[in-house]
Amino acid sequence: MKTIPQTTELLKLKFGESTFTEQSTRDGMATVWLPLDRLREVLAYLKTGIEHPYPLLFDMTAIDERTRQRNPHQNHHPSSDFTLVYHLFSFDRNAFIRLKVALNGEFPTVPSITKLWSNANWYEREVFDMFGIRFSGHPFLRRLLMPESWQGNPLRKEHPARATEMGPFRLFDEKQDREQAALQFKPEEWGMLTQHDDADFMFLNIGPQHPGTHGVLRIILQLDGEDIVDAVPDIGFHHRGAEKMAERQSWHTYIPYTDRIDYLGGVNNNLAYLLAVEKLAGIEVPERAQVIRVMMCELFRIASHLVWYGTFAQDLGQLSPVFYMFSDREKIFDIVEAVCGGRMHPNWFRIGGVAQDLPRGWETLVRSFVDYFPKRLREYDAMVMRNSIFKARTVGIGIFTKEEAIEWGVTGPGLRACGMDWDFRKKQPYSGYEKFDFEIPVAYNGDCYDRAVVRVEEMRQSLRIIEQCLKHMPEGNYKSTHPLATPPVKQRTMKDIETLITHFLGVSWGPVIPAGEAMSCIEATKGANSYYAISDGNTSPYRLRVRTPSFPHMQMIPYISKGYTVADLLSILGAMDYVLADIDR
Amino acid sequence: MQNDTLNHILITVGVLAGLLIVAPGLIWLERRLLALWQDRYGPNRAGPFGVLVVLADTLKLFFKEDWVPPFADRKVFIIAPAIVVITALLSFVVIPFAPGLIVADLNIGLLFFLAMSSMGAYSIILGGWASNNKYALLGAMRGAAQLISYEVFMGLSLMGVVLMTGSFSLHKIVEAQQGMWFVVPQFLGFVIFLIAGIAETHRLPFDIPEAESELIAGFHSEYSGMKFGMFFVGEYLGIMLISCMVTCLFFGGWLGPGFLPPVVWFIVKMFAFIFLFILLRASLPRPRYDQLMEFGWKILLPLTLVNLVITAGWILYHEQNGFGN
Repeated sequence: MKTIPQTTELLKLKFGESTFTEQSTRDGMATVWLPLDRLREVLAYLKTGIEHPYPLLFDMTAIDERTRQRNPHQNHHPSSDFTLVYHLFSFDRNAFIRLKVALNGEFPTVPSITKLWSNANWYEREVFDMFGIRFSGHPFLRRLLMPESWQGNPLRKEHPARATEMGPFRLFDEKQDREQAALQFKPEEWGMLTQHDDADFMFLNIGPQHPGTHGVLRIILQLDGEDIVDAVPDIGFHHRGAEKMAERQSWHTYIPYTDRIDYLGGVNNNLAYLLAVEKLAGIEVPERAQVIRVMMCELFRIASHLVWYGTFAQDLGQLSPVFYMFSDREKIFDIVEAVCGGRMHPNWFRIGGVAQDLPRGWETLVRSFVDYFPKRLREYDAMVMRNSIFKARTVGIGIFTKEEAIEWGVTGPGLRACGMDWDFRKKQPYSGYEKFDFEIPVAYNGDCYDRAVVRVEEMRQSLRIIEQCLKHMPEGNYKSTHPLATPPVKQRTMKDIETLITHFLGVSWGPVIPAGEAMSCIEATKGANSYYAISDGNTSPYRLRVRTPSFPHMQMIPYISKGYTVADLLSILGAMDYVLADIDR
Repeated sequence: MQNDTLNHILITVGVLAGLLIVAPGLIWLERRLLALWQDRYGPNRAGPFGVLVVLADTLKLFFKEDWVPPFADRKVFIIAPAIVVITALLSFVVIPFAPGLIVADLNIGLLFFLAMSSMGAYSIILGGWASNNKYALLGAMRGAAQLISYEVFMGLSLMGVVLMTGSFSLHKIVEAQQGMWFVVPQFLGFVIFLIAGIAETHRLPFDIPEAESELIAGFHSEYSGMKFGMFFVGEYLGIMLISCMVTCLFFGGWLGPGFLPPVVWFIVKMFAFIFLFILLRASLPRPRYDQLMEFGWKILLPLTLVNLVITAGWILYHEQNGFGN
């Protein structure tokens, strides 16, 4: 590969040396601070102007810096009350860039970049919702995750983090009426017409309680007959404040919360979080632990895809596959249960490795599944994928192109279904994925059917990876001996007092992770999942940002469902494979 | 004379009782069969093999509050579920279960059946409309379009049988099949009638008026208690009706080798088609509403017409050559 000029150099060349301040981070990602007034220019340049551009707005968030403990010798970056963080990604360069903007004042205002990136819309609304930072020029700036009637901005440091700080909750009649009125959809607020020519539009509430939405999702449809004119997804019903909770959990005790973000992805969430923490702490995970992690992740990928497969078929009216697929998923859970003790929420990875070594006899369990599953997949192909009604319902429905996918921040199978062979397991291998032999399934039409094709093939590839884990499981430790690995390996605590003290502190307080920031990015079951962890040298994260794949995918719904019918919307939702907990966090 | 009247009353009561026992029984049968095909148990607690689940369900529905939504059109809302049961039950009047075992051998039996099944469409439209609910309305509109268009092919697909028999009486139609079941000469007619029949009963894969994942419960979203129960039983009566019709029209009704009494032959054949209905539900996804319409008008309608023309031509040819039938 020919050398690509460093982005930071190019930026300095273009906008002047003094515009930017570079920051070094634990994850080695190019990180630059830039002044607010150059923000839009620089982002526009990075998106389209620069050679090998950054077309993907991967994530955008903010940090409340007001209570952060700083080490004045460590970093030379501007002081700020709030920091806006933009993560861009370049496929050409296979690299992220992190742009930071320092903001001062209680409720600062920032220029919106919604004209530059379509998917910035929800990210800006989320920042507005969580921090009270306003975006000038945003087409529709209102709360996204919290209810309209919420007081305060949850991710600001002064906002209470636990219920006991807030006074008891009461729902008296007037309040109930008020809350219900706030949920009423008013088309005028969204600039929607209520009629067109001589026809009135029908506004149909799909959800939050609806058998087709797989969770508490509300989509308001503007219908002309059965044709969708426009759609407004209303999310946040499943919001549990996962990012806020991180700020009062220790680095170690936050692991179970990650399980519940994409609750079908199981340990994939653990891994995404721990990779960030391990980068911060500088922990090398032993090989055996890495392979165990990979094996469990792939088992969960199959489990998650099976749920998607079954429910997708069910959304299209096919009642039986979901039962077969759930029984197969049970077989995976049998393995998971034997290994982790848990099922859907195994909470099994630890800082520096995994909780325990694999149990005796695990090979038999995994082997029997690996032998059993391919035959079932073939059956499902005949039952679902080759069914002509299934094809009629999915082929040519919900099409988006590669460019549109990138514009809207689509990752994972959705992106691969439009001909982009992008898989972070291959392109930016983590946890030893580079040692495994597998392919990236790709399809080219970008419709619902192709998204299904990609996922089905992914299950076969995951099976290949599991088989390799089975054959080549290395000997060695299941957890790092690094002092920050939590809890430290018990054996050694009995040998010397230092380790015993570390163990005691690590278990009672939790480990103290060195100050700094790091982001991980993994190929989770539904797309790119990443955790951006910021430590100020304490027992809990100063700020933890969870970037989930379902969030941008859901944002795309109005764009890809226009012109289709209500029945097609179900195909589109089903093919998207989202989890509400993953969207709302 | 008196004996005749008594006989008539007995038959009528017998048929009615039979239907009202078998139709809810189908709920149990369907749940057990679906469970069998889907690797699960299904209802297996109440009574032997769980048969009493039907009783439990019925009792539950009876004890539910008889609730009419305040925003609904009260009268129509109450009438709608009754229509579906009444029209379905009335249709059975013309079905010959065995020689002589028929409530009324109308000489326009087939037309009567078609008329009644058309009337059934009203229950969907009125129910959906009176509910004053958007999902119900969408379901009702879909249902109306689906039932009305499939009525057309349903009627036309049977004309071949009528041509070959020269009568609309179901009794005569069955008797005309002594030599050969009509499924052989009228295979196309049979296939189209079966498809149209599934659409008429709006069962999966044609359950578009109530498509669960899209429209929650479609036209009967607002219904609960026994009024919902009527829709439910109406659906199973519909399945039985279509199965009976297929048996009569294409599979020789009660005709069969002598080791079983005619009525048993009829019931065996009827249940074979009921099983088919349930198996379809277990295996097929649901097409989109416009695809269903397209399939009907662009494929089924021309096929029915072709079938009709060929049958007519065949009969004409034979009559001219002096064979006649």
